[in-house]
Amino acid sequence: MEEKIIEIQHVSKSFGDKNVLRDINLYVKKGEFITLLGPSGCGKTTLLRMIAGFLQPDEGGILMDGKDITGMPPHLRRLNTVFQRYALFPHLDVYDNIAFGLKLKKTPEEEIDKKVRRVLKLVSMSDYEDRDVESLSGGQQQRIAIARAIVNQPEILLLDEPLAALDLKMRKDMQIELKEMHRKLGITFIYVTHDQEEALTLSDTIVVMNEGRIQQIGTPIDIYNEPVNCFVADFIGESNILKGRMLRDRRVAFIKHEFDCVDEGFGEDVPVDVVVRPEDIYFTTDPDRCQFRAKVNSCTFKGVHYEMWVDTDTGYELMIQDYDPYPVGTEVMLYIDPDDIQVMKKERVANVYDARVTGAGKVTFLDTEFACDTEGFAEGDAVQATVSFEKVDLLDNEETADLTGHVAVILYMGDHYHLTVKTETGENIWVDTNDIWDKGDFVGIKILPEDIRLSKPADRHE
Amino acid sequence: MKKVLARTYLILILIILYAPIVFIAVFSFTEAKSLGNWTGFSLNLYKNLFTGSMQNSAGLISAVENTLLIALIASVFATLLGTVAAIGIFNLKGRKKQTMQFLNNIPMINPDIITGVSLFLLFVFLHISQGYLTVILAHITFCTPYVVLNVLPKLSQMNPNIYEAALDLGATPFQALRKVLVPVLRPGMVSGFILSFTMSLDDFAVTFFTRGTIGLDTLSTYIYTDARKGGLTPELKPLMTIIFLIILAVLLFINIRSAKTKTN
Amino acid sequence: MSKRSSWALPYFIFLVLFVVMPLVLILFYALQDSSGHFTLSNITKFFTDKDALSTFALSIEVALENTVLCILIGYPTAYILADKSLNRSAVTVVLFILPMWVNALMRTLATAELFTMAGITLGKGTLLFGMCYDYLPFMIYPIYNVLAKMDKSYAEAAQDLGARPWQVFAKVTLPLSMPGVISGVMMVFMPTVSTFAISEFLTNNKIKLFGTIIQENINNSMWNYGAALALIMLVIIGITTFFQKDDGSEAAGGAL
Repeated sequence: MEEKIIEIQHVSKSFGDKNVLRDINLYVKKGEFITLLGPSGCGKTTLLRMIAGFLQPDEGGILMDGKDITGMPPHLRRLNTVFQRYALFPHLDVYDNIAFGLKLKKTPEEEIDKKVRRVLKLVSMSDYEDRDVESLSGGQQQRIAIARAIVNQPEILLLDEPLAALDLKMRKDMQIELKEMHRKLGITFIYVTHDQEEALTLSDTIVVMNEGRIQQIGTPIDIYNEPVNCFVADFIGESNILKGRMLRDRRVAFIKHEFDCVDEGFGEDVPVDVVVRPEDIYFTTDPDRCQFRAKVNSCTFKGVHYEMWVDTDTGYELMIQDYDPYPVGTEVMLYIDPDDIQVMKKERVANVYDARVTGAGKVTFLDTEFACDTEGFAEGDAVQATVSFEKVDLLDNEETADLTGHVAVILYMGDHYHLTVKTETGENIWVDTNDIWDKGDFVGIKILPEDIRLSKPADRHE
Repeated sequence: MKKVLARTYLILILIILYAPIVFIAVFSFTEAKSLGNWTGFSLNLYKNLFTGSMQNSAGLISAVENTLLIALIASVFATLLGTVAAIGIFNLKGRKKQTMQFLNNIPMINPDIITGVSLFLLFVFLHISQGYLTVILAHITFCTPYVVLNVLPKLSQMNPNIYEAALDLGATPFQALRKVLVPVLRPGMVSGFILSFTMSLDDFAVTFFTRGTIGLDTLSTYIYTDARKGGLTPELKPLMTIIFLIILAVLLFINIRSAKTKTN
Repeated sequence: MSKRSSWALPYFIFLVLFVVMPLVLILFYALQDSSGHFTLSNITKFFTDKDALSTFALSIEVALENTVLCILIGYPTAYILADKSLNRSAVTVVLFILPMWVNALMRTLATAELFTMAGITLGKGTLLFGMCYDYLPFMIYPIYNVLAKMDKSYAEAAQDLGARPWQVFAKVTLPLSMPGVISGVMMVFMPTVSTFAISEFLTNNKIKLFGTIIQENINNSMWNYGAALALIMLVIIGITTFFQKDDGSEAAGGAL
């Protein structure tokens, strides 16, 4: 059994009325390099600051080596942090910055000296002891920040986006050095980043987070090859995300073609989401292997490979990466290996809201009153309102709209866009549309009376 | 617990800071001549102040007028001079820039009395008869550095290309200045102006040395002479109370409004 | 662009005329007798005048004590005001600077009256207290400014490295807030050495400070000796500014 060094149990946190973390459960194995990955605002930094002790969870607890450390102040925890913008003390030189923690522990002078020199060598910054920290470059400050933390021999090193402020070349170099340092020190690294490539390169385990929830935990290879939902698939790497239908075990339909796959247990004729990585769609000249045909509509050289967009014979657009280019306009034959088709359970098939009938022909949900057919329900009834994705209209003015919001997430589904629109009150509406919107666009939302279907709320709660 | 201690401390300091002001305000509602003497509630001092029916009312009223006029003229000139100077200093380099910044710092470091005495000697030396002009010049001298200091950061925050962008889009240098530079610098100019205005209002020492012997009084010198004579004009109490309430209202209004725009 | 550097010229001329020349004139008059001949007698007069010397020493002493008092009272105030967990309101900060907008002489007179009413004899004690009261906002504001702008991650880094709350303060927060303290000292110390009206009011003319002597000499047409005294004060300013290499002007600017 591997030892759990950190356990996070049912941790929730909100700032004001914003839920930053919701029921987080996670354990960290001793000695592993674990990365909390997600877009800004997903709660990853909040979680890290809780482990460091700068924040207290509203609910739940944090264990270290099996002991509850939830309320323990940061200075008593046996872990150290590398801060986002390093937070090197500007009034101290390099040596005194690194010696800061040791001096607090009343370590003897010559031992401090020995240790400081050793870590300086480890981060390749020997001879910099007397330098003023503000005279150092970003990369050098980064090394000193790491040295300052590891000189205290913590059991866990927390790193909060440590490479975010560096340029690309420097970032790549530091990634290799961090990995090397992790190997040499043998301690646990908990790393926070929004850069998926960094996470894939560095980590033993990746924790993908979004909107305060853990989406998926796994090795980089698992996360890349078997994303559990559209968010993970879209966030990690490039992907073709498509609507599909599981026909039966090992048989799935998407882009109006049928494919063999390896997934089982979804049931028969069930709507699903399908992910195919662009490098997993192959060109062939053998008509027997060809599963579908398409026409190349763009081809761009990307350094190592070519990125091509093709229009399938059934009207879908797919991205393909290949080492060989096919000129624009070429008719091509394509196939996908069953192994490379990732089938995911649909998170939702329609927008469903708790609603209340507020009069004859009137229902209120999303803090807005809508007109709809309320036959069979009385005023004051609690009901459930269902609106399918494609029946939500987005407008670029608010005069004729029922309510307003802004576009938070855009997924391209091959022949249409699947948008997540956040309303002013912070609720989500999912919309299928052919119109092109940009992330952050302010939109008016309109739902026609005939597109709202009411049902008894009991349907949903088991 | 920590919060309670901190609150108590702040409240204690505030009580000490405001005690004299409250004291003035309370005793503005009685008629007695000296400050600490309560002879029953009365609005007579306020009445006297507004009808001008008190001894030496002309002196007090002209002192208030002088204070406001001098502050207004001095801070307008200081803002103009300081803004132009800041643009110049920003575009200077090396030794010249350092020299200008050093010179600009001198009036801020100098205590009022040094500024006052040295300007007094200058006017004596140049045989300039002292009065309004010398007081205004003296006030411009100690106000301008603060304008420079408030405008300079706006220049360094400014994208250096926007002026060129304006020229590129066909603006004449003067138009570029008026339509691009001034709007960017405006916040610095405004805070420089307000700072100048309040410093000029509050000045005593510099005015004292540069006003000459023509009987020019600002509120500060009026109070000083009055107190030295022994009997402080009682109507000063309601005047101070009114001034304080106006300032309080204005500052609270500005701060509450800016706090609101921040949260929106 | 280079042409715009010439915009500094008018202000340069202004500064030479109204700042540099007046200071040179202090030296010029200090080294002259009343008939315009060169002499060092004004300087030697000061160094042989026991009263003047003791006033000078007292002024420095009072100014030092006042500055220390202002730091002791003002630092905790600024600290509490800048701590987001203790104070969230910008209005509270304004309340602490607001008294600066009320005429200083009037406030001082009221303070003196308050003492008299409370039965406290006007003297050095009331002088110190009254001056501290007058100058406290000038100490609070620059310290508050530095503390409020300080990156919170420095304190967190110290905690993370094992510092207890008081060690975080002593080893990180305090040293990092020194620029604010220094500019506070500049805004309190020099004005207190040179004050004249305030000290007269607060002690009922019992205690004379250096500023009063300068003022008396100038007002009694003893310009040369007055200039010599001003020159001595200028030397003191030179020395204090020298110790404060980076000027604290950033904390002083934008006081609104």
